Amino acid sequence: MIIAGSSGPRPPGASRAGDTDAGSSLLRVRGLRVTYRGEHGRAVALHGVDLDVPAGAVTAVVGESGSGKTTLAHALVGLLPQGGRVESGSIRLGGRELVGASERVWREVRGTHVGLVPQDPGVSLDPVSTIGRHVTDVLRAHQRVPRAAARELAVRLLTEAGIPDAAARARQYPHELSGGLRQRVLIAMATAARPALLVADEPTSALDVTVQRRILDHLDSLVTAGRTTILLVTHDLLIVGDRADHVVVMSDGRVVETGPVEKVFTQPSAQYTRQLLSDVPGRTDVPGRADVPGRTDVPGRAGGPPARAVPKAPSARADGDGPAANTPLLAVEGLRLVYPGHGPAWRERPPAVADVSFALAPGATLGLVGESGSGKSSIARMVVGLVRPTAGTVRIDGEDITGASGARLRALHRDVQMIYQNPFSSLNPRFTVEEIVTEPLRNYGILERTERRQRVAELLDSVALPADSARRRAAELSGGQRQRVAIARALALTPRLLVCDEPVSALDVTVQAQILSLLVALRESHGLTYLFVSHDLAVVRELADQVAVLHQGRLVELADTQRLFAAPREDYTRNLLEAIPGRRRRTRQAASDAPTAPTAPAPSGPSADEPTTGPAR
Amino acid sequence: MAEHEAGPGAAPAVRRMAAARRMAAVRRIAVGRQAALARRIAQAVAVVWAAFTVTFLTVRLLPGDPVALMLTGSNGFSTPTAEQIAEARSRLGYDHPLVVQYLRALADATHGDFGASIQTGRPVSSMISEALPSTLRLGAAALVLALVVGTAVGLLANLAPLPFLRQALRSLPAAGISLPSFWVGLMLLQLLSFRWHVFPTLDGSGPRQLVLPACTLALPGAALMAQVVGRSLHDSLHRPWADTLRAAGLAPGRLLVAHGLRGAALPALTVLGLLVGNLIGGAVVVETVFSRPGMGLITQAAVGAQDLPVVQGVVVVAAIGFAATNLVVDLLYPVLDPRLRGGPAAVGVAG
Repeated sequence: MIIAGSSGPRPPGASRAGDTDAGSSLLRVRGLRVTYRGEHGRAVALHGVDLDVPAGAVTAVVGESGSGKTTLAHALVGLLPQGGRVESGSIRLGGRELVGASERVWREVRGTHVGLVPQDPGVSLDPVSTIGRHVTDVLRAHQRVPRAAARELAVRLLTEAGIPDAAARARQYPHELSGGLRQRVLIAMATAARPALLVADEPTSALDVTVQRRILDHLDSLVTAGRTTILLVTHDLLIVGDRADHVVVMSDGRVVETGPVEKVFTQPSAQYTRQLLSDVPGRTDVPGRADVPGRTDVPGRAGGPPARAVPKAPSARADGDGPAANTPLLAVEGLRLVYPGHGPAWRERPPAVADVSFALAPGATLGLVGESGSGKSSIARMVVGLVRPTAGTVRIDGEDITGASGARLRALHRDVQMIYQNPFSSLNPRFTVEEIVTEPLRNYGILERTERRQRVAELLDSVALPADSARRRAAELSGGQRQRVAIARALALTPRLLVCDEPVSALDVTVQAQILSLLVALRESHGLTYLFVSHDLAVVRELADQVAVLHQGRLVELADTQRLFAAPREDYTRNLLEAIPGRRRRTRQAASDAPTAPTAPAPSGPSADEPTTGPAR
Repeated sequence: MAEHEAGPGAAPAVRRMAAARRMAAVRRIAVGRQAALARRIAQAVAVVWAAFTVTFLTVRLLPGDPVALMLTGSNGFSTPTAEQIAEARSRLGYDHPLVVQYLRALADATHGDFGASIQTGRPVSSMISEALPSTLRLGAAALVLALVVGTAVGLLANLAPLPFLRQALRSLPAAGISLPSFWVGLMLLQLLSFRWHVFPTLDGSGPRQLVLPACTLALPGAALMAQVVGRSLHDSLHRPWADTLRAAGLAPGRLLVAHGLRGAALPALTVLGLLVGNLIGGAVVVETVFSRPGMGLITQAAVGAQDLPVVQGVVVVAAIGFAATNLVVDLLYPVLDPRLRGGPAAVGVAG
C-alpha cells in the first residue's frame, strides 16, 4: 500500500533517550513572535520563542492558560486563529523554513510532515461524517487513492490506532464513540500520512484518567517504535514527568526554562518552574488534616435559624458504614436515579445512580470520586435538591428533604449551597461582584441595604478578594477570582454544607492550589462541611477526610482518605489510582539503546472498561 | 446496556437470554418509531383541521353577506328581492345554525367536497383540481431553482478566490430578499418579454412560459437559502473539527464540499420547509402579475368576492401541502443528521 507501508522520513539512529545536541533537531524554532489583532492594536502572544525538538523523542511544552502554548502549537501547523499572525522568527521543520511559506506549501506540509492531535475529541470530529470518511478524506488529500482502497487503508489505520472492530467503527458517526475512541480516531487522522512530527495539543485533558493513560501509552508506543516525534503541549506537569524526555516551560508567551525532564524537575532554575512544581496537587499534604479538632457550629448566622451546637464529632469516621454516633449533617440512603430517556427503551438503561448510601458528619469532608458517567455529579445535584431521586432518601440534619420543593427547598438552600465547576458560566458576566454576592441575601430578604454592603465586604474578605473588587463586573475577573466570588456567593447565606462540584478543575494549577487552600481555611473558620465532587484523585486527597469511589452509578469503595490511597481494597479503585499521572516517574527506559526495526507497534487497545459507546448527545 | 453480561465466557443460556433481551429492545424501538410516526401524522391532520375551522369561522364572522353579494354580482347591477335572497340562502344551506353548517361542511370536506363556488356555481373541487397542476409546476420549479441557486451562491460566498468577490456574494441575499416580487416580475416581463422577446408573454403553458414566473417566485427563497447555506458553511469553517481536517492537509474547497455542505443540509431543509409555506402566498402575486391560471389566481378572485367555499377549499389544500411538507422535513432530519437517529444504532452496535 501506498502510505501505510513506508514508515516515513526519520533519521534511522534517532534514539528515545534525551540527548540535547541540537544537531538532531527535527524542529527548530527561533525568535518566533506571534501577535493577535485586539481592541488596542496587536497583542503579542509569543515574544520570540526558541525551541528545539529532537527527533524520536517526546518534548513537552508546559504552561498555564495564557502562556502561549496553544498559540505555539497552532503556529507550528500554520493554523493560527483569525487575527493571529507570525510577525517574525523562524520555524524550520526538517530543514524546511515554514515562516512565510505559501498556503500551498503549508497544505503539503500539514499531514505529511507535521500532524496535529487536537485538544477536545468531543468537538474535533465532523458530527455528520462517518469515522471512516474522516480518515479517507485525509488520505485522499495527499495521495491519489481510489475510494475503495482508501477505505481499506482507513480501517487499517484505525486498527493501528487501537480501535477494536475498526471496520464496523468506520461506518459509525463520532457521537457513537466514547471520548477515548474519538481521540484514537484523531490520532489515526493525524498519523495517516506518516508525519515526522506530531503536535499533540492537550490530547487528554478532556478524558478520564484511565482513558488518558491508555491514550498516552499509545502515543508513547508510536515514538518508541520510531515512527514519529511528539511535541506534547500540556498544562499537566505530572504528565510531563511521566511521558516527556525534554520539557519547555512557558509563561506569558516566553520560554522560561528548557531542558531534560529529570533536570528541570529536580533542579528547576527558574522561579516560575519552582512555583509550578510546588503547586501540583497531591504532592504536598495539607498540614493538620488528621488532627483537626471537632469543629463546633457556625458563629453568628445572620438572620438564620438559631445556631445549633453540634457536639464534637470525629471528623473522619471509620469506613463509613454503620450509623453515625451523632446525627450526621448529611445522610444519603439507597439513592437511585434513572434519567428518563427518549425512546421507549429507556427503562433498559442502567441507572445513573444505583443504591448509594453514605453519611457525612458535621465538619467532615467527603470526596466523591469517579470517572465521567459515574454518577458523582448526579448525587451532588440530588443532595442540593436540583434533581429528584428515583428512589432513596436525602436527610439534612436528620430531616428528610427528598423531593422537597417550594418553601421547603428554599429553606433547605439556606443550609446547603453549591459551588459549580465552571466559574465562567456560573456567574452572570454583566453583574457586578456585589450584585452577585448579595443576590442570595436579596432573594431571601435578609439584611437591609446598608448592612448588605457591610456583609459583602466581610464575604469578600473571607475569600481574600480586595474590597474594591465589589464594583467590578464578573467579566473583568480571572478564573480564580471568579471562583472566589462564587464561593463568597455560596457563603452569603452562611450554609453548613457546601456541595462543591469540580470546583477547581477549570483552573490552572497555581490557582487550583490557592482555591484549595482557601476552601481548607474556610472549613476551619466557618465550620463548613464539604461534599467534594471531583474526577481528580489528587485534589480530593488534599481536602477530604473520606473518599467515596463511584463507578457506573455504584459506590465501589468508601474509606478514609489515608487508607484508600495507601491500600485500596477494590480492583477498580486500584486501577483508578494507578492511572493517576505522576506515578511512572521515569520508570521508562524502553527502547533507548536498541533502535528497533520499524515493526508495527502492538497497538495498545482500549481495555474492557473503556466504554465503547459514548453518551449520545 | 445489558449486553456486557454475555461475554465470551458466559454460559449459553445466559447468552441466549441476552440475545432475546436485545431482540426485545430492538422490537420495542421499532414499535416506538411507528408510534412516533403515527403521532406526527396525527399532528399534521390536526393542523389541516385547525386551518379549516379557523377559515370557516373568520369568513362567517366577517361583515357582509356573501349570498346577497352573489345575487348582486360583483359589479352591483341587479338588486335582488328579499325572497330571492331567502330562497338562495336555504338552497345553499345558509339558513341552518352555524354549528350545523360547520359540521356539514366538515363532513363534506373530508370527502373532498367543498360545495359549489358562489360566483360560478361550479364545484370547488373541480376548480381546484384544474388549477392545481399549473401551480404545482410553478412551485416545484421555483423550489428547485431556489435550492440550486441559493446553495451555489452560499458556496461561492465562501469559496470565491477574491475577498471582495466573497464580500459581494455575501451581501447578495440581503438585496434579493428586499426586492418585492411583483416588481421583479413586472421588470422581467418588461425587459425579457416585451422589449427583447426572449420569453413569450403571458398565456400558454409550455415550459418556456414557466421560466419568468418561476424565477420571480424563486427569488426570495433563493436569497434566504443563500443566506442560510452561506452562514452555515462559514460557521463550519470555524469549528474545531475544521481545524482538525485542515491540520491533516485538507484543502478548504474539499472541506466545504465534503463536510460543510452536509452540515448545511439541516438548516437548508428547515428553510425549504418554510419556503413551501411562502410559495403559496407568493403564487397569488406571481400568478396575478403573469396572469397565469392557477391556485393563486383562484384565491385572489375568491377572496375578492367573498366566495367562501372556494376560499375554504384553497386554504385546506394549502394546509395539506404545508403539513405534508413539514412531515417530510421532520422525517428527513434524522436522515441528514446521524445524531438525531438514536435508538437502534446505539442498541445494535454497542454490544
